[in-house]
Amino acid sequence: MSKRYEIRFSGAGGQGLITAGIILAEAACINEGKHAVQSQSYGPEARGGASKSEVIISDTPIDYPKATIVDACLAMTQESADKYANGIKAGGVLLLDSDFVKNEPKGDFKIYKFPITRTAKDEIGREIVANVVALGAMIALTDAVSRDAGLKAVLAKVPEAFLDLNKKAYNTGYDKVKDLLK
Amino acid sequence: MAKKVALLQGNDACAQGALYAGCTFFGGYPITPSTEVAEVLSIELPKIGGKFIQMEDEIGAMASVIGASLTGSKALTATSGPGVSLKQELIGYACIAEVPCVIINVMRGGPSTGMPTGPGQSDVQQAKWGTHGDHATIALVPASVQEIFTETVRAFNLAEKYRMPVQVLYDEIVGHMRERIEFPEPGELEVINRAAPTVTPENYKPYDTSFGDVPPLAGFGTGYRFHVTGLNKAQDGFPTTKAEYVDAEERRQISKVEKDEARAVIEKNEEYLVDDAEVLIFAYGSTSRSARYAVNELRKEGIKAGLFRPITLWPFPEKRIAALGKKVKGIVVPEMNLGQMNLEVERVVKGTCPVLHLGRVDGEPLNPGQIIAKVKEVK
Repeated sequence: MSKRYEIRFSGAGGQGLITAGIILAEAACINEGKHAVQSQSYGPEARGGASKSEVIISDTPIDYPKATIVDACLAMTQESADKYANGIKAGGVLLLDSDFVKNEPKGDFKIYKFPITRTAKDEIGREIVANVVALGAMIALTDAVSRDAGLKAVLAKVPEAFLDLNKKAYNTGYDKVKDLLK
Repeated sequence: MAKKVALLQGNDACAQGALYAGCTFFGGYPITPSTEVAEVLSIELPKIGGKFIQMEDEIGAMASVIGASLTGSKALTATSGPGVSLKQELIGYACIAEVPCVIINVMRGGPSTGMPTGPGQSDVQQAKWGTHGDHATIALVPASVQEIFTETVRAFNLAEKYRMPVQVLYDEIVGHMRERIEFPEPGELEVINRAAPTVTPENYKPYDTSFGDVPPLAGFGTGYRFHVTGLNKAQDGFPTTKAEYVDAEERRQISKVEKDEARAVIEKNEEYLVDDAEVLIFAYGSTSRSARYAVNELRKEGIKAGLFRPITLWPFPEKRIAALGKKVKGIVVPEMNLGQMNLEVERVVKGTCPVLHLGRVDGEPLNPGQIIAKVKEVK
C-alpha cells in the first residue's frame, strides 16, 4: 500500500464510529509503522445526527488529510448512507448494516452487507460493540491493516473487563466478511 | 532507543508541547474546537505541581495568564475566535507591559459564534491587528500534529525571549485530526527560560534598556518590586507622558520583533519545489496540505507549481515573498476566509505579479482540485 488508501466510517453520532476510525489509524501507525491520519466531521448535536470519520493510510507522509476519493466506506444508517456513501472510487467497496440501510446507494462500487448492529446484540450480547464488529468487518474487507494489527489496537483501547467482549466482536465482524468474500 | 510514537490529536499535541516547554499554568474557558487542550492540561498540570484554572470567562482567563506569568510561570491559554475577540484588551496589555505568554487559537469560522464545529482561517489578520494601538505580533501557524507540538514549544521560547504574547493559530482540521507523532526526547528541542535580572532588587527597573532591547523580567515573589501598567511607562514601570520615553518605548517594542536580526530568529518557512516554480501557492495550516497535494498533481501535468508555507505568519516573510513575486507568473493564496493573507502578499509584491485569492468559508476544507483549478487561471 504505497499510495494513499482512504476509508470512511459513517453512521449516527454516538455509535462509536469515530472511535473505530481512531483504532484503525492506531493499528496502521503504531502497530504497522505506517502513516495514518484520522479526521471527523460532525454537526452540533452530540448524538443522533449523521457523523463520519475518515482514515487515510499511506507508507509515505500524508498531505491532504481528508478523503479525496474513498477506497472503502461503511454506512451504519440510512441517513449516513445517503449523506456519506458518495465519492467512492470505481471498483471501491461499501459495507452496509442491512437492517438499517434499505435504499442502497448506487454507483460503480461493490456493496457488501450484513446486520452489523443485530450481530453485536444477538451474537456478542452487547449492541454497544457494533462499532468493533464493523471495524473487524472493514479490515477484513480492505486488508488496510493485518487482522492481528487491528485486534491489537482494539485490545489496547478498551478497559480490561471488556477485552473478551471486544475480541469476540472484532473476530466476528472479521469472519463474517471473510465468509461473504468466499 | 526508538522514540515513543503515538497517534495523537492536534489539541493533545499542543498540550504535550506546552508541558515539554515547561508550562506550569493554564487559565482558560472551554470553547470548541480548542477544549481538548484544556482537558489534557487539567489532568497533567496538577501532576507536576502546576496550576489549571477555569476562569469565569475568556477575559478573566487572559488576566489570569498575565498574572501567572508575572510570577515567573510559563503561562498558556487556549481558545477559539470568539474567545480571542474577548481577550483583545488584555493581549494589548501583555504587549505594552511586555509579559510573556502563549495564546492558542484553534480557528473556526466567524464572525461571532459562527460555526463552532467547522474549520476556518479567518482570524489571521485579527492575530496581527486585533488589539488597538501599534504593537508587534508573533503568530505561528502549524500544519500537522507533530508541528503543533514543536511550534507550541517554539511559541513559549519566543514569548520568553522577546517578552511578549505569542499566538499559535491552527484550524479545526489540524486541531481535531489525529496523526502519527514522534515525541521529542527531553533536551532534543531547545527550551528557552526567562532571563533573570542581573542586578539587585533595589537597582532593578523592569524596562531598563541598558540591558538590551528586551530587558529581563523579574518574577513577583522573588524579592523584586516593580510597577506594571497598561499606560505608557518609563524605565521604572511607572506611567509617563514624557515624549522621549513614549516614543522610544513604542518603537522599541516593535523593533525588538521586526528588526532583521530578530526576524532571522522568528521567521520560519517551508518551501516545496519553489526554485523553478512559475506559479507560487502561498498557503498555511491545513490548507497548505491541500496545496502540497495540488503541487504534486500539477507537476504531473507539467505545470511548474511550488508551495511557500509560512510556519511563522507574523512577522510576515516580506523579503522572501517580495523576491519570489519577481520570479513567478503569479501567486495563488488559498485560505479558509474571504481574503486576508492575500492582502499582505499583494502589499509586499507591489504589483510585480498577479495575486489570486481562493477563499472557502462553508465549513469544508479547500480541496486540492479547487487549488489546481485556481493555479490554472494564472496566465
